[in-house]
Amino acid sequence: MRRTLYILLSNPLSAIGLFLVGTVVFAAVFADFIAPFPSHRGAVVDFSNFNQPPHWPNIFGTDLVGRDVFSRILYAYRISLMLGVVVLAIAVPIGVTVGLAAGYLGGWAEFVLMRLTDVFLSIPPLVLAMSVMGLLEPTLTNGMLAVTTMWWPWYARLVYNVTRSEAQEGYVLAAEIIGASRLHIMFREILPNCVPSIVTKMTLDLGFVILIVSSLSFLGLGVQAPTPDLGSMVAEGGNYLPDSWWLTVFPSLAILIAVFGFNLLGDALRQLLGSDQ
Amino acid sequence: MRNALLDIRDLRLAFKGYSGLVEVLHGISLHVGAGEKVALVGESGSGKSVTARIILGLLQELRTAQVSGSVLFDGQDLEQQPLKARQGLRGTRISMIFQDPTSSLNPVYPIDAQFIEVLKRGSPGVAEADARTRAVALLKDVSIPEPERVLASYPFQLSGGMNQRVMIAMALANEPSLLIADEPGTALDVTVQAQTLHMMRDLVERRGTSVLFISHNLGVVREFADRVYVIYKGRLVEHGETHELFHNPRHPYTRALMAAVPRITGGGIPQIDEATDGFQDPMIDHEAEVST
Repeated sequence: MRRTLYILLSNPLSAIGLFLVGTVVFAAVFADFIAPFPSHRGAVVDFSNFNQPPHWPNIFGTDLVGRDVFSRILYAYRISLMLGVVVLAIAVPIGVTVGLAAGYLGGWAEFVLMRLTDVFLSIPPLVLAMSVMGLLEPTLTNGMLAVTTMWWPWYARLVYNVTRSEAQEGYVLAAEIIGASRLHIMFREILPNCVPSIVTKMTLDLGFVILIVSSLSFLGLGVQAPTPDLGSMVAEGGNYLPDSWWLTVFPSLAILIAVFGFNLLGDALRQLLGSDQ
Repeated sequence: MRNALLDIRDLRLAFKGYSGLVEVLHGISLHVGAGEKVALVGESGSGKSVTARIILGLLQELRTAQVSGSVLFDGQDLEQQPLKARQGLRGTRISMIFQDPTSSLNPVYPIDAQFIEVLKRGSPGVAEADARTRAVALLKDVSIPEPERVLASYPFQLSGGMNQRVMIAMALANEPSLLIADEPGTALDVTVQAQTLHMMRDLVERRGTSVLFISHNLGVVREFADRVYVIYKGRLVEHGETHELFHNPRHPYTRALMAAVPRITGGGIPQIDEATDGFQDPMIDHEAEVST
């Protein structure tokens, strides 16, 4: 653990990634304590102080109904991260199970499962999510559902490939010969060998899930007002460019920082776990 | 001789492919007596390894494989037995050692976890501490100097020779009556290979374990086995006591095989004709002639 941390910090890019991710997570978890105006995440109106450029105490300015943009960004991070974690928590087990089964069992199971995966992969992700959201009501739950539907196939394919190569290894044959069950071989023998790839992809994906969720709410299909969301904040502010630039620029930067951070950290993990073996 | 531990009679195997049936084994009969070390020798693709897999019942699970003939283990026909009973034999009464010891151990678990799992397979419900003591004793048997340290290591932290010994210790852990060794140590260098084979021979002789030794290495076979079967393209071509067969090889293929071994004193790599007519000659059984 200490060694891992040392390697991460010795590379400047990884260190930046770790720092950015740490900041975002910290901001999301402790939003209640950091935000200068915690009540502004809801439907608060303060017309005496609306549409103001950055000034003290509203360091990122205020929006059209007088809410503090900085506070709202912090709460938006909380929702984005939560969405990201929930989406991955559902998509990863599904994808991993499908990939393991297809990769190890082969034959018909492989054919059916991987062609199904291909079908999902062939649909552009945003379009699929949009149609799911359009069909159902645009709520937070449906947002998660939509993004999850398009996320599991990537894990299925990743784990399928790793499983295919791991299944050739001697220890799998050894386990078969000693009479281990298929479930045991899939989950106890092969799965632990897939973990490095899965963890790396999950780190990279947290950033992309945040991006996709923001895109959806940018299009008005994600989190609904008055709940703060980075995407919808950018969309709202876009109408008032370039005069009220702070409404768009700060939420956009917030998205950039989160996605950039998770990407750098994911890359660092990939190198770290890859060179370990 | 007929109460052999392992008795294979007229074993045939074919794979179903696009171009119809491809016959791989054309009727193989061999037997391994209790406590006997028998070698099956042949070139790549001659059907050595598939024979081992059939004994373990692995190939029968493939739908493309068609197996006929009988495999008798301890007097019981394995084909007639329910799947459960058959799988129960694996890892307890029959075990196996592979070519590449390092890849045969799962890299993400330390040795002790894998070793204890094997012991639990043999005696379910064994206490963790008892299993550990037993593992240490077994590792000492294969001349591993610091068993505790090895148990705490991961496979990739040990050398190939160490891993091979761990594999042998594991394979013998549940006191199997038959050990199938599929080209053990081919992935190791010669000195280590010699050491481990010596050790393995001592161990199986002490325990009275029967061994079916599958190899293409004539030198190793000569040192290790009591009896030898030579297999060529899915047919047995010669069978006899090791001494007898090596001193008086009579089948053209066996002679070619022996001539093909490069001499350590030089003289270049021998030229071998791919297939001479004589290779298809009927089997020569040294033992059958002795008994008549």
